[in-house]
Amino acid sequence: MRFSETWLRDWVSPELTTQALADRITMAGLEVDAIEAVAGDFEGVVVAEVVAKEPHPSADKLNVCQVNDGGDEPVQVVCGAPNVAVGQKVPFARVNATLPGDFKIKKAKLRGVESRGMICSASELELEEGTSAGILVLSGEAPIGVSLRDWLALDDHAIEVDLTPNRGDCLSLKGIAREVGVLSRLPITVPDANMVPAVHQASFPVRVESPAKCPRYAGRIIRGVDVSVSTPLWMSERLRRSGVRTIDPIVDVTNYVMLEFGQPMHAFDLANLNDAIVVREAQDGERLTLLDGQEIALREGTLVIADEKQPLAIAGVMGGESSGVNASTQDIFLESAFFSPLAVAGQARSYGLHTDASHRFERGVDPQLAQVAIERATQLLLSIVGGEPGPVTDVMSPDHLPLGHEVVLRRERLDQCLALVMAGDDVVDILSRLGMRVDAIDSGWRVAVPSWRFDIALEEDLIEELARIHGYDRVPVRRPSARLKLSASNESSQPLARLRRHLVARGYQEAITYSFVAPELQEALTPGAVAPYLANPISSDMSVMRASLLPGLVKALSHNLNRQQARIRLFETGLVFRGELDDLEQVAMLGGIVCGPRQPEGWSSSREGVDFFDLKGDLESLMALTQQPDAWRFDAGEHPGLHPGQTARILCNDRHVGWVGALHPGVRASLGIKTNAFVFELELEALTQGNLPTFAPLSRHPDVRRDLALVVSDDVPVMALMDAMREQAGEWLVDMRLFDVYQGEGIEKGHKSLALGLTWQHPSRTLNDDEINQLVDAIVGEAKMRFAAVLRS
Amino acid sequence: MDHLPQLVAEARAAIEGAQDVQALDEVRVHFLGKKGEITALLKGLGQLPPEERPKAGERINEAKQILSDELESRKQMLKDAELDARLARERIDVTLPGRGETTGGLHPVTRTLERIESLFAHIGFDVAVGPEIEDDYHNFEALNIPAHHPARGMADTFYFDASRLLRTHTSPVQVRTMKEQAPPIRIVCPGRVYRSDSDLTHTPMFHQVEGLLVDEGVSFADLKGTIEDFLKAFFERETLSVRFRPSYFPFTEPSAEVDIQCVMCGGEGCRVCSHSGWLEVMGCGMVHPEVFRHSGIDAERYTGFAFGMGAERLTMLRYGVNDLRLFFENDLRFLRQFG
Repeated sequence: MRFSETWLRDWVSPELTTQALADRITMAGLEVDAIEAVAGDFEGVVVAEVVAKEPHPSADKLNVCQVNDGGDEPVQVVCGAPNVAVGQKVPFARVNATLPGDFKIKKAKLRGVESRGMICSASELELEEGTSAGILVLSGEAPIGVSLRDWLALDDHAIEVDLTPNRGDCLSLKGIAREVGVLSRLPITVPDANMVPAVHQASFPVRVESPAKCPRYAGRIIRGVDVSVSTPLWMSERLRRSGVRTIDPIVDVTNYVMLEFGQPMHAFDLANLNDAIVVREAQDGERLTLLDGQEIALREGTLVIADEKQPLAIAGVMGGESSGVNASTQDIFLESAFFSPLAVAGQARSYGLHTDASHRFERGVDPQLAQVAIERATQLLLSIVGGEPGPVTDVMSPDHLPLGHEVVLRRERLDQCLALVMAGDDVVDILSRLGMRVDAIDSGWRVAVPSWRFDIALEEDLIEELARIHGYDRVPVRRPSARLKLSASNESSQPLARLRRHLVARGYQEAITYSFVAPELQEALTPGAVAPYLANPISSDMSVMRASLLPGLVKALSHNLNRQQARIRLFETGLVFRGELDDLEQVAMLGGIVCGPRQPEGWSSSREGVDFFDLKGDLESLMALTQQPDAWRFDAGEHPGLHPGQTARILCNDRHVGWVGALHPGVRASLGIKTNAFVFELELEALTQGNLPTFAPLSRHPDVRRDLALVVSDDVPVMALMDAMREQAGEWLVDMRLFDVYQGEGIEKGHKSLALGLTWQHPSRTLNDDEINQLVDAIVGEAKMRFAAVLRS
Repeated sequence: MDHLPQLVAEARAAIEGAQDVQALDEVRVHFLGKKGEITALLKGLGQLPPEERPKAGERINEAKQILSDELESRKQMLKDAELDARLARERIDVTLPGRGETTGGLHPVTRTLERIESLFAHIGFDVAVGPEIEDDYHNFEALNIPAHHPARGMADTFYFDASRLLRTHTSPVQVRTMKEQAPPIRIVCPGRVYRSDSDLTHTPMFHQVEGLLVDEGVSFADLKGTIEDFLKAFFERETLSVRFRPSYFPFTEPSAEVDIQCVMCGGEGCRVCSHSGWLEVMGCGMVHPEVFRHSGIDAERYTGFAFGMGAERLTMLRYGVNDLRLFFENDLRFLRQFG
């Protein structure tokens, strides 16, 4: 809502500066977004009359004018505007005047003719944006010689208020004035909107077929209007300062009344109406060409204003082109209706429209206004375009009109909520000035809510009204108290924060990527993944929910590779979305991506690139946090986005919880990634659930270590071999580690030599050679039998 | 006997001349060893007349003692020199950079979320989370935002179909918690939220932290105190000015926007605060009775407050980030600044 400060001050004028006034209403919940000057910074511009005009002797497009600026003699001025004419009152910048942009007017010669001043256009005075077509013509009663600033009251401000959707009642000067009135405890002056008596009895039939959606429809014929006159400057100035364009005098009046009282109105050309006004729901596919020229197909359920032949307007949204007022209009039919908020809500939007009318009707227009507004508009129209009003037809359906309701406000509740005791007189005064009828009762007050407040239904709503007018800053500051109750905390679970910090300590940077990704990227990395598509995405590359963290991480990797970053380690945690909407899983995942050298470049670090085992090592260190050494497994696996020979499925207690592997070279190539990159992704829950540490006593006896070198075929998975060996190693085995893998000279092609160190220790005695030798024999035997392993001498 | 002084002089010269411990030992053997020259003199004492023997013996032993001492001190000197030489050889340039992995870092938004969680954890708030694909009921209906309510226009929603959507705030988590848990309730709900808005100052995804406290006798004054304390703690400014401005959210009544004195200019007015001296940082209010009704909480017995804030906005103010879009580009040059 944008309005002029001087206009507001006609209603109510507290002794406050513009800024203080703006601060006051902001702190009452009507947030002032902007305060702007309504005209450029200029001085020395006065009202003058053009008394003579002759063509310039040596320039076709210039005229030499004599203007009377109130001085002793007419002033000669050369003017290039096409619309300049004798008899006009115009804004005249005298010599030494300053125009916006610090432009000084000096005596000048234009093509040899002396010019002492300048006749100004609206845009030159910054009364209009862009470039005006000609000079500004003032109304005839403008007094010659008076400063234009004073005459047009240009020392004014346009105040823009960003209203919350509950405050439809403030979408008018009246609503804003009411707020200012209660804030400053001043009465407000409402413009006169007395009944204008009919001078003829002609009326136009109105039939409301959807009374629930249109509980009230008022209309009146005005005959013989003169649409050739222009809107008076005082009105067009107020409209302009409120951000509304001047169209024609009739539309301007309806807009003016809308700004004044908040009632959207519409004027039809009576000649274009057939038989009757019918307020009904549209049929599917009915067509209507709107005022803005676009033709739309109406949908069933949309409330329309029609005549007996065709729809004329979308009720409460926008009128139609064919029935609107035009240059040849003589008789009009003026509409002032109440459409229920629910009937209008969503309609404008669904047709891609948003109008001043729909904005107001959606939020609620006072149903009592229809009559007031039509009288006020009639009064203004008669004074501007003339004409003869007929009687007002007011079709009302009391059953459907919002009932004035009452809300009980309990003193106890008010005190409790605000932690203060507001004086009873203040309560009554504030609510009364807001237009409520207040009756004291035992528990507090019974409050009748006025017809314009669609946002007040409960006691709490009244408490808010009192609090905001009284001032939130006057509510005391306290702290809630609560019992000091300890709550249990599950020590065996890993907080996400700990996992994150663990990766950070291992050199990973945390990324946050969008939860919606490009379908092509998702398909390339996780072919066949099913995830929900957005119905209204921002763009096609953000149109499908991620089924995996990989697309986002890969995109982040590319972003950094394209910015000369060679060594990248990123991780992310977040939900992924799997399956169709009706069978959707939203699973928290942890994912990572790495590429580049194993170690940061340095004077003593290796230049080797990272590989699968670096990533696996990072994962193993995370898994170790869960205190479940036997739960985790990595099995060779295949994933369509990953390298078939460098991919493992991650299992936790035999459940598949994730993947780790190299990005498939083909996929990489298709994404333009030239370097090897390794990724992992696993369900977060597997990592956050763990065990408590359990104590095992320390042995005082020496341990025994034996190293074995076993040669096996290349395709034997080491883990399987080690598992088999462990089975034979007896219960005192405390450690088995692989300390070398060798292929090359001395080892048959297609084979590998594995060096394993096994350590035994007994809790209560020293183990002897014989028992260890027996175990080693059993281990080697098993390895030989199951994996054709050969002990290397 | 008379060549003793000469012998001592020779020995001294040899001691001085020895350049390492081994050479010095040879000198010792040569003069003082079992067959050494000084030892030989002692052995030759018997050939002297008995009355001269004590005197001569004393002289020789004296010389022997002097040479022993000098040997010892020379030995110590040589050892010290050797150690010094070794230490000198082992000298390294301690200003060379250390070896190993560099530390990564948390995303700045995570940093902020964790800080907020931890500040509220201190006064007994638990962390609650929930799904991001929500239904209309939890995201709107239960929060007193029926279909076609103008407030739906406050957040442009991403839809999947008529009833399923990406949550536009983390408030659905509050609803879910209130349905499951009886008061007193104290939770904060951090997480991703989505609105179909993308320009210089909006990203279609961002993070919110909402908080909820429900108990008996909770007042608007309690809300003010909690929010003020939080903002002062978050920005670590005890004197930060905080103001509460009436506003509107369908799920709270009364509702307020919270402004703080601009942390960039101290309230003087700057580009960040649009020269107003104030920054809008969060919304809050008393839980609307309708929300309690949807959640099955007795609004006559309990009252509560809720608040919500954008994590990106607070992160920008806290660390001086001037471009929202940087948060989701994941540029390492940006991320590393918050390590």
